[in-house]
Amino acid sequence: MAGLNKVVSSYTEALAGLEDGMTLIVGGFGLCGIPENLIREIKLRGTRQLTVVSNNCGTTEHGLGILLHGRQIKKMIASYVGENANFEAQMMSGELEVELTPQGTLAEKMRAGGAGIPAFYTATGYGTEVATGKEVKQFNGRHYILEESIRGDFALVKAWKADSYGNLVFRKTARNFNPLAAMAGKITVVEVEQIVPPGALDPDEIHTPGIYVDRVIVGQFEKRIEQLTTRSAAAQV
Amino acid sequence: MALTREQIARRVARELKDGYYVNLGIGIPTLVANYIPDGIEVMLQSENGLLGMGPFPTEDEVDPDLINAGKQTVTMATGAALFDSAESFAMIRGGHVDLTVLGAFEVDTEGNIASYLIPGKLIKGMGGAMDLVAGADNIIVTMTHASKQGESKLLTRCSLPLTGKGCIKKVLTDLAFIEIKDGRFHLLERAPGVTVEEIIRLTAGELVVPASVPEMQFD
Repeated sequence: MAGLNKVVSSYTEALAGLEDGMTLIVGGFGLCGIPENLIREIKLRGTRQLTVVSNNCGTTEHGLGILLHGRQIKKMIASYVGENANFEAQMMSGELEVELTPQGTLAEKMRAGGAGIPAFYTATGYGTEVATGKEVKQFNGRHYILEESIRGDFALVKAWKADSYGNLVFRKTARNFNPLAAMAGKITVVEVEQIVPPGALDPDEIHTPGIYVDRVIVGQFEKRIEQLTTRSAAAQV
Repeated sequence: MALTREQIARRVARELKDGYYVNLGIGIPTLVANYIPDGIEVMLQSENGLLGMGPFPTEDEVDPDLINAGKQTVTMATGAALFDSAESFAMIRGGHVDLTVLGAFEVDTEGNIASYLIPGKLIKGMGGAMDLVAGADNIIVTMTHASKQGESKLLTRCSLPLTGKGCIKKVLTDLAFIEIKDGRFHLLERAPGVTVEEIIRLTAGELVVPASVPEMQFD
């Protein structure tokens, strides 16, 4: 890598330095906007004892779910883990440690982590199991709990387009947690559908500035749909 | 007769007001979008990062990068906006959403709601539900009044782990429309053909019944 050029040419290079026991922050919502090739590369590398922070853990056969086959994940921090038979089995047997975290709190933990804010107060989760062991404070007569932010050794991100400086543009709801994950990684690796030269992206349209990004790789994506739902063309008339 | 899922959605839709920003949860709440009354304009928020959710796509319109919070493929309405998850929950936690509709396993007379976890059975997670109930002032819970075994889901105290504490004021079941205030349930409306006695029998928490309970209207 030279200067500000973040582009790498292989998935091996993209995940160089990833070791057993590390914490990964992974973008995506369900199977939408997930760094699917980086996840496959982790499966190939056989990295183990991982702590994974992501809204979901894929499905039984796709996305982060494939890392459960070889029991590569030690701990999962997520908001919703349905649609995954292995997950439920490994959680019930105690092999997999799980920290269920409200979705907005999870997003804010990543954002705050990336922004150098160690913790924040939120009303979300007050009076529930999520609040167990957390400081409670009242502001203007309302109860809030203190939530600590999260940083990862690696952040794995899927974007639509990048320039070689790592400026990112996401597409539609595939954005979701990706810009927040990008902020929260000590090493942020982004896989994209296309890489363009610096200057080709309109600076006003960049969602994630390249300062957060360490490595960019171009990949081919399956973009599997979890719940294909359509209306008939006739019904819309 | 107990209301169908569609009838519950139709009754909720009557609570929509012109200019509302609305978040609809998974299941029955999603159906509310099919019954938005004529002549009012509302914008649907989907917490995965879309304000201005449109109908399901035709086969030609399907885009894997465009889904709702239930992970279903959707379209965007005219004037839609896209954003990341932190921004989405800033809208929710900041109280910018005018109405939230979501399902539950149990509610109680203190306005507590349990909707995400049955210990030892179902492990799914709270998703955005804890943020939604903590952030919204105006929430309607849709649920069946009792289990298939006839056990009430409207309790004095929720028995399952809570999603939120003291945050629910309105519940629409397949039998009744109920308000929660002053530590009691208050019967506002009954489903067509459902007797007040049946509602009393299937409500475990204290229920205040006025002298006259109107039948629900749908149009």
